[in-house]
Amino acid sequence: MDPKNVIICRCSDVTLEDLLELFKEGYSTFEELKRIKRVGMGPCQANTCGKMVQWEIAKYFNKPLEEVPFHNMRPFTMGVKLKSIKEQADEE
Amino acid sequence: MKSKADYVIIGGGISGCSIAYNLAMQGAKNIVVIDKSYMTSGATGRCGAGVRQQWGTKMNCLLAKKSVEFFENAKEILQYEGDIEFKQEGYLIIASNENEAEQFKKNVALQNDLGIPSKVLTKEEALEIVPHLNPEQVHSATFCHTDGHLNPFTMTDAYYHAAKRLGVEFNFYTEVLDIETKAGKITAVSTDKGKIKTNVVVNAAGGWSKEIGALAGVELPVYSRNHEILVTEPVEKMQGPMVISFSHNIYCQQTPHGAFIMGRGDKDEPKSHTMRSTWQFLDKMSSTVCKLLPKIGELRVIRQWGGLYNMSPDHQPIIGGTKDLEGFYMACGFSGHGFMLAPMTGLLLSELILGKTPSMPMENLSLERFEGQDLDEIETSVV
Repeated sequence: MDPKNVIICRCSDVTLEDLLELFKEGYSTFEELKRIKRVGMGPCQANTCGKMVQWEIAKYFNKPLEEVPFHNMRPFTMGVKLKSIKEQADEE
Repeated sequence: MKSKADYVIIGGGISGCSIAYNLAMQGAKNIVVIDKSYMTSGATGRCGAGVRQQWGTKMNCLLAKKSVEFFENAKEILQYEGDIEFKQEGYLIIASNENEAEQFKKNVALQNDLGIPSKVLTKEEALEIVPHLNPEQVHSATFCHTDGHLNPFTMTDAYYHAAKRLGVEFNFYTEVLDIETKAGKITAVSTDKGKIKTNVVVNAAGGWSKEIGALAGVELPVYSRNHEILVTEPVEKMQGPMVISFSHNIYCQQTPHGAFIMGRGDKDEPKSHTMRSTWQFLDKMSSTVCKLLPKIGELRVIRQWGGLYNMSPDHQPIIGGTKDLEGFYMACGFSGHGFMLAPMTGLLLSELILGKTPSMPMENLSLERFEGQDLDEIETSVV
């Protein structure tokens, strides 16, 4: 399948071709890829694409999967409205 | 990694990358940049992505103005293929009361004297620019239309690529363990990947600059503290400028990509290197934004994080050398504003290192300004 037709990150619209180009330029960690291309930084917070990105790094750089660090996961697990947080805080 | 270099820069954030680029541009060779993690892993990559010229001290105003002039042409100057996402739709600084409005008028007069096109706005004019502001929370405002947003990652990446083309060597995931000196001069930097012989070290280590100074035996009057921030899901464009309020303790902007970024300071935050995310921040941030910009309360937060402000005694950077150790230079103590000042940081420090006359006087940026005397000017326009 043509890498430009393989969508890796649905939230930020990043294809396999985008990742391969970044690998070629020398970016080799999930943290770098996130910052240059926003892969994994959308509403799903890499819950959909994370494993695929990790796998593609392993494949391209010929490393065992367990040696490719996953990205640094930060809160939240899912989106929450600012208003809801405020209302909850007011109740407490 | 080189075993010998003419210049070793510690810190792969925007300051380190800008210093490396500016040195190389002026013909310096054998430049090495070291960072213990990935590029922009420190304060640069954790900042609010804002660029403003509306400051309360002359030094900050001048550094910011000349930096904005660089950003306007950065893509061409650095020949960067990517998008640095420089969006000049202004900073709207909200005054909540008469006292703040008076101080802001003085700031605008200073800014205008220095050629910065800021102006004082009435409440009604402010609401025209950002209609979803809660009118009850606005007394008046100031606005500068050439302030705005800039992508910290791609802007640093642009410096990185330009510096690399000029021959600069970058070593990421490499930690500095010691700075060796002999008879008041630097002799080497040792890292976990080996030793580099050098006579010049630049400390651009952001949140860890005090610790890097200590390795060289130089005591720096700076400290770090956590500063939290969050980002929402991306939405259709609804806000042009960055909105700031010092009294409400908030800055909030919509990036060109659509997400809102907002942060606040906490004056009780202790000195430390923690970059934790807390629920206390979330509660206060949500409450503030719902009060000042109620419509934004409808947006979902997708991520929060922390980063280090490296604070100096007068909230203005320390850029220069030190008489205590020959060959030791620093760019630190930016107090939360190193990203937007980076073009001038790189230019001025490289000129100083290469023995040229700096493009603007640097006495008020020196480490020596803190010795004994009362400080001339303290920047108070800080969130």
